[in-house]
Amino acid sequence: MSPGNWNRGTRIVALLGIAAVLTSVASAASVSEMVDSNWREQLARFFSMRDASLRFALTGSILLGLSCGLLGSFIVVRRMALVGDALSHAVLPGVAFGFLWGMTKDPVAIFIGAVIAGLMGTTVVSLLTKTTRIKADTALGLVLASFFAVGLCLLTMIQNLPTGNKSGLDKFLFGQAAALGADDIRLMAIVTVCAVSLITLFYKELLATSFDAGFAQVAGIPAEWIHHGLMLVLAAAIVIALQAVGVVLVSAMLITPAAAAYLLTDRMHRMLFLAGGFGVLAGVAGAFFSFVGRGLPTGPLMVIGASTVFTGAYLMGPRHGVVARWWRQRSRAARTERENTLKALYHVWENDGFRDVGVTLADLAQRRRETLDDALGRSRELERHGMASVSRDAVYFTPQGRRRAAEIVRNHRLWELYLTNSANIAPDHVHEDAEKIEHVLGEKTVRELERRLDYATEDPHGKPIPGPRDIHGGLATGANPREGEA
Amino acid sequence: MSELIPAFDWQRVMIDPWTINFSLYGWIALMGFLVATACGLVGNYLILRRMALMGDAVSHSVLPGLVIAFLLTSSRGTLPMFLGALAAGITATVLIEAIHRKTRVKQDAAMGIAFSTMFAIGVLLVSLYSEHVDLDADCVLYGEIAFIPLEPMVTWLGVTLGPVSLVRMGVVLLVVVGLILVFYKELLIASFDEALARATGVNPTWVHYALMSVLSVVIVSAFESVGAILVIAMLILPGATASLMTDRLAVMHGIAVVHAALSAWLGIVLGVWLDCSIGAAMVVGGAGIFTLVWIGSLVARWHRESRGGWGDDRGPA
Repeated sequence: MSPGNWNRGTRIVALLGIAAVLTSVASAASVSEMVDSNWREQLARFFSMRDASLRFALTGSILLGLSCGLLGSFIVVRRMALVGDALSHAVLPGVAFGFLWGMTKDPVAIFIGAVIAGLMGTTVVSLLTKTTRIKADTALGLVLASFFAVGLCLLTMIQNLPTGNKSGLDKFLFGQAAALGADDIRLMAIVTVCAVSLITLFYKELLATSFDAGFAQVAGIPAEWIHHGLMLVLAAAIVIALQAVGVVLVSAMLITPAAAAYLLTDRMHRMLFLAGGFGVLAGVAGAFFSFVGRGLPTGPLMVIGASTVFTGAYLMGPRHGVVARWWRQRSRAARTERENTLKALYHVWENDGFRDVGVTLADLAQRRRETLDDALGRSRELERHGMASVSRDAVYFTPQGRRRAAEIVRNHRLWELYLTNSANIAPDHVHEDAEKIEHVLGEKTVRELERRLDYATEDPHGKPIPGPRDIHGGLATGANPREGEA
Repeated sequence: MSELIPAFDWQRVMIDPWTINFSLYGWIALMGFLVATACGLVGNYLILRRMALMGDAVSHSVLPGLVIAFLLTSSRGTLPMFLGALAAGITATVLIEAIHRKTRVKQDAAMGIAFSTMFAIGVLLVSLYSEHVDLDADCVLYGEIAFIPLEPMVTWLGVTLGPVSLVRMGVVLLVVVGLILVFYKELLIASFDEALARATGVNPTWVHYALMSVLSVVIVSAFESVGAILVIAMLILPGATASLMTDRLAVMHGIAVVHAALSAWLGIVLGVWLDCSIGAAMVVGGAGIFTLVWIGSLVARWHRESRGGWGDDRGPA
């Protein structure tokens, strides 16, 4: 069931439920004295005395993994992966200004400042690409580093102030989940609820604008507004993730879980679930190892967790994974080889006038211009797949093998004829193309080709095209049934 | 808020660094100029080849190479540093290719995944072996150009050349300039027309990897002064400014050098005045110059269009 099938009312009810759960998680985490018998506390007791900070860290990591994974899915399919990178660096001056506002580390002021700075950054990027010939990548890099430099200037100025107590501000650079407080967690819960709401309520609109801009325009979807809304929530999600992951590595939490999910499925709603799950997994792993490792920065650990998931998907993904692809390519190549052997056997047999005996290995070897050993190896390979049986010096088709051989030869000759007749290609130029297509033509295409070629019986070189009777058993008599017709 | 921005003291900001404090700020300004020039010259090619973000990727990726080189040789020698950075830069390039060629993940996402992973490993190594590695995590991000004059001086044939990393940067800059002069035509062709390059016997793949190697070396020699993120600005800002002003590559190089000198000077002015990181101030200065040129180009275009002239459409489009 896809979220796209739900009507909006159901979705709002569902959202309220999610919001209730998330806020209750956040408030449960903020009441550190309460006796809490869930597994997280057990884990915390198991590892250390600092229960509350671990609970905050874990809750924060779960929330940020969820929001980053979900939003990241849209970033990845919209090919804006590095926009997240630019945004995360561009928020730094906003963090500094938010701090200067009240000279304290007030999460709300910092949040607002950072979101404004992030949106300014994306605005400058789009202004630059619109008003100059500077390309998007240059504009992104330029904004990223320039805003970051402004932020650094401000941070080092704050550091040198007599009143400047920049306690915790440096945590924004690499992230320390253990430094999260109750206010931070509440903010993270709110942003996560906003992100989930945006995606659930506007799922169809987001889907349409991400994959088919033309359709979105025709359907009257305000693509600009959807884009701005996404950017706003994205900026907010990046800012809440800053304290746990740090400026530099936030973009990885957006890109990596989503890219891993992208390798595993073709359906957007499944990708969202997977990416959210991977994000949470990476977040929890990061918080866990950071806690065990006593003060190791959380950000890098989360990113390494996410990259491990990605590596798994990259290698082992059932459809897009490298191993699966390699395996498919290998088995396809092996099948093509087998079919080429079958074809060679058929040719020899055909030249013999279809006498009802096997083909000698010597003939096969000569036909393929190979040694006897190679011919024997090929025949044994056919035998393993039930296409032929091999005696001491000859090969015999099984019914299945003979049928497949006739099909391949038919495909080849039909295609040659089609190219000659319909595409006006000279008969001596069509062989190479037919060699490739003969292995992939399906029955439906073959029927269509036969119809278009008026059920012709001869290819451009004068060789007979095996018909249905040849393929389904006509040849078993040992004489060419066509000879009578010709 | 008011104590944040100190009063602008002309004597302290504009005169002193070049007179009584020259032994300090002279080296800093020279280092800033060398870093910005080397980065700007290499960055011009990145911009032309639309690979500006490869600078981002490589600058983050060299970190684990640096740290591993430190840990293996337990020295800060130039050679292990360069080798580590080269290995890391090329690993990143290969990883990016492996991800986006073999799967349907696009190149930008592939870049993001590869460099963030390598950077994360680097930061983790720095935190794990902080007692062995003479780098702290903040310094990785923005370096500290103000420490340059405190380094031991290099003397050669009885002449004092300057602090170690400044001399290293100078040599790297000379090599970059030399390579550009020798391979100017090849780089130009490979950047603009891959087919023509192939036809004239220039292999664009090799040019790509050579450029990435030079990029890694430049970045690693700039690392201590400006860190992993400010170096991106150093790479992109001069070329972006120049591309608003000219179409010709040679002129772009010239503008990049001028931009580098101006931003080094502005960096000292801002850094001394506001008492902030000089490296970051140089980038802020450079970004200021870019903004002025941008506004200038907009005004110029508006002026042309309001005159209704059709003849000159060469402006930024």
